[in-house]
Amino acid sequence: MEKGLLRFVTSGSVDDGKSTLIGRLLYETGCIFEDQYQAIKKTSQRSGKKEVDLSLLLDGLSAEREQKITIDVAYRYFSTPRRKFIIADSPGHEQYTRNMVTGASNAGLAIILIDARKGILTQSRRHGFIVSLLQIPHLIVAVNKMDLVHYSKEAFEKITDEYLDFSEKLDIHDISFIPVSALKGDNVVHHGKNMKWHTGKTLLQMLEDVYVTADKNLIDFRFPVQYVSRPHQDFRGYAGTIGSGTIRPGEEVVALPSGKTSAIKSILYDSKQLDEAYTDQAVVLTLKHNIDVSRGDMIVRKNNLPHISDSFDAMICWMAETPFSHSPHYLLKHTTRTVKASVSKIHYKINMDTLHRQKTTDFTLNEIGRVEIKTAEPLFFDPYKTNRSTGAFILIDPLTNLTVAAGMIREVPHQVTEWKQQAQDTPAEKVKHLRWEDGNIPLHIWEERNGHKAGVIWLTGLSGSGKSTIARQLVKKLFSYGCQVMFLDGDNVRHGLNSDLGFSPSDRAENIRRIGETAGLFYSQGNLVVCAFISPFEKDRAFVRSLVPKGRFVEVHVDCSLEVCRQRDPKGLYQKADAGEIPEFTGVSSPYEQPTHAELVLNTDINDVAKHIEKLITYLTKHKFFRI
Amino acid sequence: MQLEAESIFIIREVVSEFKNPVMLYSVGKDSSVMLHLARKAFSPGRFPFPLMHIDTGYKFPEMYEFRDNFVKQIDATLIVERNEGWIKKQAHPTVLGNDKCCFYLKTTALLDALKKHGFDAAFGGARREEEKSRAKERVFSVRDSHGKWNPKNQRPELWQLYNTRINQDESVRVFPLSNWTEVDIWEYIKLEDIPVVPLYFAQKRQVIIRENVLIPYYSLQVVDPQNKLGIDKHQVKEMMCRFRTLGCIPCTGAVPSKAKTIDDILIEVRQAKKSERENRLIDLTSDSAMEQKKKEGYF
Repeated sequence: MEKGLLRFVTSGSVDDGKSTLIGRLLYETGCIFEDQYQAIKKTSQRSGKKEVDLSLLLDGLSAEREQKITIDVAYRYFSTPRRKFIIADSPGHEQYTRNMVTGASNAGLAIILIDARKGILTQSRRHGFIVSLLQIPHLIVAVNKMDLVHYSKEAFEKITDEYLDFSEKLDIHDISFIPVSALKGDNVVHHGKNMKWHTGKTLLQMLEDVYVTADKNLIDFRFPVQYVSRPHQDFRGYAGTIGSGTIRPGEEVVALPSGKTSAIKSILYDSKQLDEAYTDQAVVLTLKHNIDVSRGDMIVRKNNLPHISDSFDAMICWMAETPFSHSPHYLLKHTTRTVKASVSKIHYKINMDTLHRQKTTDFTLNEIGRVEIKTAEPLFFDPYKTNRSTGAFILIDPLTNLTVAAGMIREVPHQVTEWKQQAQDTPAEKVKHLRWEDGNIPLHIWEERNGHKAGVIWLTGLSGSGKSTIARQLVKKLFSYGCQVMFLDGDNVRHGLNSDLGFSPSDRAENIRRIGETAGLFYSQGNLVVCAFISPFEKDRAFVRSLVPKGRFVEVHVDCSLEVCRQRDPKGLYQKADAGEIPEFTGVSSPYEQPTHAELVLNTDINDVAKHIEKLITYLTKHKFFRI
Repeated sequence: MQLEAESIFIIREVVSEFKNPVMLYSVGKDSSVMLHLARKAFSPGRFPFPLMHIDTGYKFPEMYEFRDNFVKQIDATLIVERNEGWIKKQAHPTVLGNDKCCFYLKTTALLDALKKHGFDAAFGGARREEEKSRAKERVFSVRDSHGKWNPKNQRPELWQLYNTRINQDESVRVFPLSNWTEVDIWEYIKLEDIPVVPLYFAQKRQVIIRENVLIPYYSLQVVDPQNKLGIDKHQVKEMMCRFRTLGCIPCTGAVPSKAKTIDDILIEVRQAKKSERENRLIDLTSDSAMEQKKKEGYF
């Protein structure tokens, strides 16, 4: 019954029309009340404007009203029948990098506004950099004020190309572009009449359609203990919010830092007992053994440990008026743990205009850079890139109690602390002490170390159906989850391993046989193997299926009609096949046998890659690939 | 439910990191939801802090009745604090004006009470959606030794890493419902079957229509004790109405409504053409009324 919730952050430069855009979204989704609308209408008339100034809806504080600029992050709420939205409205004023970082920290999507007349400004790049730094999963670049450039498609495309060029240097997973006029309303909620050339979704449709559950880390179970509940002698429970992953009663866990092991006895949510709990749920865990666990400790799965270290590399954004200074100690809050910390090394800072690295010895307000941090006690963490909840921290000045920096952990510095060796039963140690009977590491040991099951995901479909595009995105997604993943497709196999093979039925069979055997080898050593091949014949696919145990082969039919594939024809192959230049081309001069046993069918006539990835991840999650 | 889990996290965080927290309980729907979340956060134990009601003496009789029954039923500790000095002096909006009346009976009473009991953290049920200056309020809002809020000097709040450190004499107001909307509140009340004051539901009431606000006839004496507003007592009408928000009698009117059940209320609120606090006179005195009150130490 509950609608999904999407938090997004909006940023733009001064006068990009950001407030007007948000005002437009709120107004046209019916989320502005009559009394509020009447109030701004009156104000607009008083200042002699012809149109109602929707941006007035957003100006909250009197200081802002005087300066006519937004000075802080403000939160707005609206909903449509499909989804609820929380907007973190962060100002674009140059000195307010910290506000965007704040707004971005909880966002699932970012909208960056660019004024169509001015094109890409330093700030537009800076905002893109922050999206990448904070690892916001989705970015929409809205090119605004299209009404002032005569709704020119060329103007839009010029900005799109330029920004794409720039964003390739960053770590942005999903980027899309949309031309809008916030003032007139085109492409915000309705398409309008002025940009018929834009056949894609409106901004609101994009916000409603974006998939967000796949962005969560559902693999690595991390439970920072927030509060120890002891209502009476016979009950000891650990209250907290699951930072990532899933957990079930009976699973073996280890408490950090003590390293003591136990198993989950029950998962309580109010008076209910749960069979399973997952990321973001606030629950109480009870353990089978009476081991000592306090606030700030972390409960994790026995064979999937975070890093345990008292030093690490991190990116920080300085957020205080007082600059960084070397002498004092700071307090560092990470999950539910607060420890003393110091910055032991400064690697560099980022020049926010050029985005180049430069040497530095200090940080001032709004500066971002890479440092090494030492803590008085070890932390239990993952890289921010794979886990927001255990990769993020803040620094607090113990004298003023102000939050002075936001940090994102990159990795452990090179040396491993002695402390880690004390932790019991780390998978690495387990591996060290085990003797293999036949000299090979058994699959389940690979899987325990990797924290997920091995499998072969086989995408089959016509040329042009979108197999490789989907496969590549899937590989990226699995990689970002920290999975051990292998990618095989026509491009990387046909040029080397199988360069001696042609396209006759027998060569095709041999091609698939070799690929199948290769996939099988990677499978047996713990990989999730993603394969994208036309593989038109049922018996060849059945052969590959026979190489791995039941349940570990996922045949995915990338189902796209021949007409659409022909229209797409990204490599001009259909054209050549029609001209007789390519013999035995599937769909033209050679048949494609429709899969009859596919575990999953993706209809790609309309190619919504994000949706297909969501389906794939849902399938893998449901079939417990991410659980040992 | 994501909002619920986030609120529970906030409540647990306060109990873990502050010495002497209190939950401000105003008897309204938001307070009811907040209290319910607190009970859930510490289940199977009890929530480890008292409730405090800042009583202006001008609350609706139904609210007092509900408060006393409910607190008894859940076996909670309730502190009731009143600014007796000004209540004796018969502070009233028609005498002092809305702003001053509010300042003495609510803000001053609250600040005195926090000091008296030495509370270092006070939960409030305010939501960002309610009012524009609240949209920028932090979840953890630091107040100086005079209980004042400085909108220009707020700490950034990142991820769910709340900085709970304060200096001596400072305190925090914590708003676990910051991200909830009026619709969320009613959906949750329905989902969890949370009891609320019956005034929220429409029934036939004897009212006097005054501009946009309906004044219940039986409370006319409290609204305008000295007949300063020139209300014609003979203009009484019987009509279906309900209270969308609850506050002090002189500053809270009813609105025409046929919503007798939570489902009706949800339909009404989803289609609402007017903002939630339309019937609250305290926000309307000037363009930045609420912000001014918060700077002085209001909720």
